[in-house]
Amino acid sequence: MSLAARYLALPRLSLRFVPIWRRNFLVWRKLTVPSILGNLADPLLYMFGFGYGLGALLPEMQGISYIAFIAAGTVCSSTMMTATFESMYSGFSRMHVQRTWDAILNAPLDLDDVILAEVVWAASKATLSGTAVLLVATLLGLTQSWLALWVLPLALLVGVTFASLGLVMTALSPNYDFFMYYFTLGITPMMLLCGVFFPLDQLPAALQTAASVLPLTHAVAVARPLMNAALPADLWLHLGVLALYGTAAFYVALVLTRRRLLM
Amino acid sequence: MPQADYPLLARGLRKRYGDHEVVAGVDLALAPGECFGLLGPNGAGKTTTLRLCLGLTAPDAGAIRLLGVDVVATPRRARTHVGVVPQIDNLDPDFTVEENLIVYGRYFGLSDREIRARIPDLLEFAGLASRARSRISSLSGGMKRRLTLARALVNDPDLIFLDEPTTGLDPQARHLIWGRLKQLLTEGKTIFLTTHFMDEAERLCHRLSVLDHGRIVASGSPHDLIAQHIEPQVVEVYGDSVGPWAEAHGRALAERCEYSGETVFCYTHNASALVADLEPRHELRYLHRHANLEDVFLKLTGRELRD
Repeated sequence: MSLAARYLALPRLSLRFVPIWRRNFLVWRKLTVPSILGNLADPLLYMFGFGYGLGALLPEMQGISYIAFIAAGTVCSSTMMTATFESMYSGFSRMHVQRTWDAILNAPLDLDDVILAEVVWAASKATLSGTAVLLVATLLGLTQSWLALWVLPLALLVGVTFASLGLVMTALSPNYDFFMYYFTLGITPMMLLCGVFFPLDQLPAALQTAASVLPLTHAVAVARPLMNAALPADLWLHLGVLALYGTAAFYVALVLTRRRLLM
Repeated sequence: MPQADYPLLARGLRKRYGDHEVVAGVDLALAPGECFGLLGPNGAGKTTTLRLCLGLTAPDAGAIRLLGVDVVATPRRARTHVGVVPQIDNLDPDFTVEENLIVYGRYFGLSDREIRARIPDLLEFAGLASRARSRISSLSGGMKRRLTLARALVNDPDLIFLDEPTTGLDPQARHLIWGRLKQLLTEGKTIFLTTHFMDEAERLCHRLSVLDHGRIVASGSPHDLIAQHIEPQVVEVYGDSVGPWAEAHGRALAERCEYSGETVFCYTHNASALVADLEPRHELRYLHRHANLEDVFLKLTGRELRD
């Protein structure tokens, strides 16, 4: 088999990823409190700051209070952020700085197992983040029905999608500074254009079109109705876009990481 | 010996990066229970050879079997009964000594119960019995190396790879590692180590190969390599006027002279004439000794700096 064929081989997914996931979990357990606080503080500050501050000046938005409107967006954006930070900064530490992946690859495990473990781990942490924001929103009366519980599996999917995208950057990155490109060109535009803080139809048509191909748009489009006692329109389309981004990014991340580490 | 009985068997290994063939036709065969050393200057291809043997990169050509398993076809499975001590320390800094072993054992599919049962022996072996709950940052360089060695034994491997195991350690720590490696050999383990420390190779290895520019340029026991490749006596001469002395006298009295900085190395079968000439010359200092592995290494790979 040629080298290119080896790099391009389809992912071999197996439960062998579990011991690697448990390794990351054990590290996290030692830092649980600061980690959860870190994941919660930022999104809640946005939610309270804009929700109460700006919300007082605004009429209802799409039939709900402004803070309820951005609560749904915040669940999605915090899930995205956690998955992104974990797969990029922490992932890069494990790959390049601490050489944790090298140690793992000396055992009977493949890079496929490592990448799967990283994605599932970052998605787990991201789901926890989304869940924490959802819990706070619920305690404040910002969710309207049990339908909101469906946001949990959605958060897992959003976590997988953004963890995979983050790992693509990690595979390409020469150092931590490189990640700023992705934040400036990817994450920040999504925060501002994908319906987290205001409805998409406020944007000019060209920006609406751009927003419609970004994954966060589709996460928000599902989470907001679910948190407000409604069934999302075009549910399968939105989930399909997220799954497509996730699957494609997972494969690309795996190929690029194989090329980087197994050359 | 049937193929499957060799802990490691590699034939015709080749690996090219761009225009540079880093490994250019390497054959290796390790016998059970032996300590084999791969020597070579920096950039000779040692680490790439090791990565090929472990299935961490695919060869452009050649075949490798680890403990009877085809590495090229099934690299993951081939590593099941192998232990690795990497050149760069990659212990988990967030964990204690004990947690490092547990987490690593899980990568081999071992249950926590199996791993915990092995931990006391592993810590004893590493001389870390009292440090089970210490954090990695509190360990000395030597302790970290010993823990890395213990970690490589968590799956009770038959073959252990060590990539420059004592680089960066002080003499005490090196001797301790050597003692542990000898202990592993008495237990019947097979060891493959790379090093550029000749004393390490001479002390530990039953058999050596010298790798240079991706090719094995000599193989044999330390004793055989010295006997086959170099004159048995060496006189090292130092001093300001060593250059003129070597041209006028050294070359005639020795079979071969090599310059390295301010030192001239004179190689010969009988050094008595050299010593008699040097004895009355007070402006020159000299050292008369037996040839060693370092002389062989420098003869085979040259004295110029490798970076």
